Amino acid sequence: MSGTGFIETQTLEVSLGPQHPSTHGVFRMDVVLEGETVVKLKPVMGYLHRNHEKLAENMTWLGSMPYTDRLDYFCSMTNNWAYALAVEKMTGLKVPERAEYIRVIMAELTRLLNHACAIGFLFSDCGAWFTPILYALRERERILDFFETVSGARMMCNYMRFGGVRVDLDDAAMAMARDLVARWPAFLDEFEKLLLGNEVFLARTQGVGILPRELAINASISGPMARASGVEYDIRKVDKYGVYDRFDFRVPVGERGDVFDRFMIRLLEMRESVKILQQALRDIPPGPVLAPEAKLRNFKVPAGDGYARIEAPKGELGFYLVSDGGTKPYRYHVRPPSFINLTVLEDMCLGHKVADVVIILGSVDIVLGEVDR
Amino acid sequence: MNGFPGKGLLDGLLVTAKNFVGSYFDGHRKERLFTWQYPEERMKLPERSRTFPFLVYDGSPENLRCTACKICEAECPPQCIYIVMDRDAHGKPLHRPKVFTIDTSVCMQCGICAEVCPFDSIKMDCDFERSRPGRFGELLAHLSDLLKSNEYYHQIKPAEAARVDATRRPIKRPPAAAAPPGKK
Repeated sequence: MSGTGFIETQTLEVSLGPQHPSTHGVFRMDVVLEGETVVKLKPVMGYLHRNHEKLAENMTWLGSMPYTDRLDYFCSMTNNWAYALAVEKMTGLKVPERAEYIRVIMAELTRLLNHACAIGFLFSDCGAWFTPILYALRERERILDFFETVSGARMMCNYMRFGGVRVDLDDAAMAMARDLVARWPAFLDEFEKLLLGNEVFLARTQGVGILPRELAINASISGPMARASGVEYDIRKVDKYGVYDRFDFRVPVGERGDVFDRFMIRLLEMRESVKILQQALRDIPPGPVLAPEAKLRNFKVPAGDGYARIEAPKGELGFYLVSDGGTKPYRYHVRPPSFINLTVLEDMCLGHKVADVVIILGSVDIVLGEVDR
Repeated sequence: MNGFPGKGLLDGLLVTAKNFVGSYFDGHRKERLFTWQYPEERMKLPERSRTFPFLVYDGSPENLRCTACKICEAECPPQCIYIVMDRDAHGKPLHRPKVFTIDTSVCMQCGICAEVCPFDSIKMDCDFERSRPGRFGELLAHLSDLLKSNEYYHQIKPAEAARVDATRRPIKRPPAAAAPPGKK
């Protein structure tokens, strides 16, 4: 092995992880370095494998609902929704109007907290050790308090049911949600002022980890990563699941597909989420929150298969379910966005310095609970 | 970038300075999240928060609502509940549990047991101090640890308990004289 210069050098293999603090969980990257430059990168997954899919095949349909919380443990509400949507598609259960609005409110709050934390952790990776993330966690804490008031748990919400949601939002909870949403524009202004103009951050992220548009499409990248690369694809707009066709919001799209664009897309998406939340809280109708024919015990799904997908904060979260008509799924498959988004990690990292690998990984926004399942 | 080089950095520092100074003024205390001084003060969890199941009894522990129907045992996703029905000398079921254990280390606090219970017997507690000195036997909650009075239920979850009391059907049970509880 020889280097490009006139001095004979050797390549160096470095194993980043599985417990390196910047690897966002138990994730390992086998990196081959030429000096400081990455010439090869191999993601190694599976350290947090918990047998999610096989467990669900030995459990009632309702039983795997709390397990979906543990997929992407930042966004349990959207995981619940994707699973409930797949089962509702197969059974034909109609979700009451109010429940649809509550689902939108919960999903958008989840998007807010996820994106704020993703940006905060990205800054931690850049070396802005813990100041930005604490601003994000402060706001996340209020949303988690709201989740606890409504669903009973901060992170493992287990809130949605087939045909609606488990409990209604009472007046106090609605007031809390309105209060919460009213805070966000000011917080986003503060957050932007804190982070956006920072010259060090701009120098570290602009032109780093570029994901070309063609590759993003070919590798079926979804979510903010795809939109940062210029792919105008948001399942909320494409599928219009739930009641998303009633809200007025825009889909921000990036130009270059570098780390800075992915950061910026998340920032802009939070603004759009606040807009959706304001509309949802204004328009939410009264009524029941669970379909009358929904039941907890002896719940059977007609034989057949179904795939439902939603725009989770990290990308397209899909559930593919096969039923043989019984009380358990015959096959249960999750299409996790962070896992698919990780497949292009090497393409984005090649030719960059090893310090940039950490930022590029941070900009993908992975949660290992979902990658390994 | 508009402005002089380094303006973005200074803007960010201004934000942190504002927050740092602001944190010293008590007027913002309600606005800010402050630390609970844990052993001295305990945070009151919201009514719906769930930590661990408990069994409700009315009046005295003999008069517990659980009929050992084993629905929660069947529906529990991680299978952490174990129930044995109490029987009299002739083997007739007494519709109450002889053994009712929940493994703390397995329970994932999803609350599905409380949702499916047709007798409003098993409910979710708000008690978050569940650390135990050991790893095995200590973490297994037995019937005597799980039984809590309806008054306690009213105390931790007033609205929910009132709703349950208004809609609950009384449980019909064969006379308890056949075998006192706890005896084999």
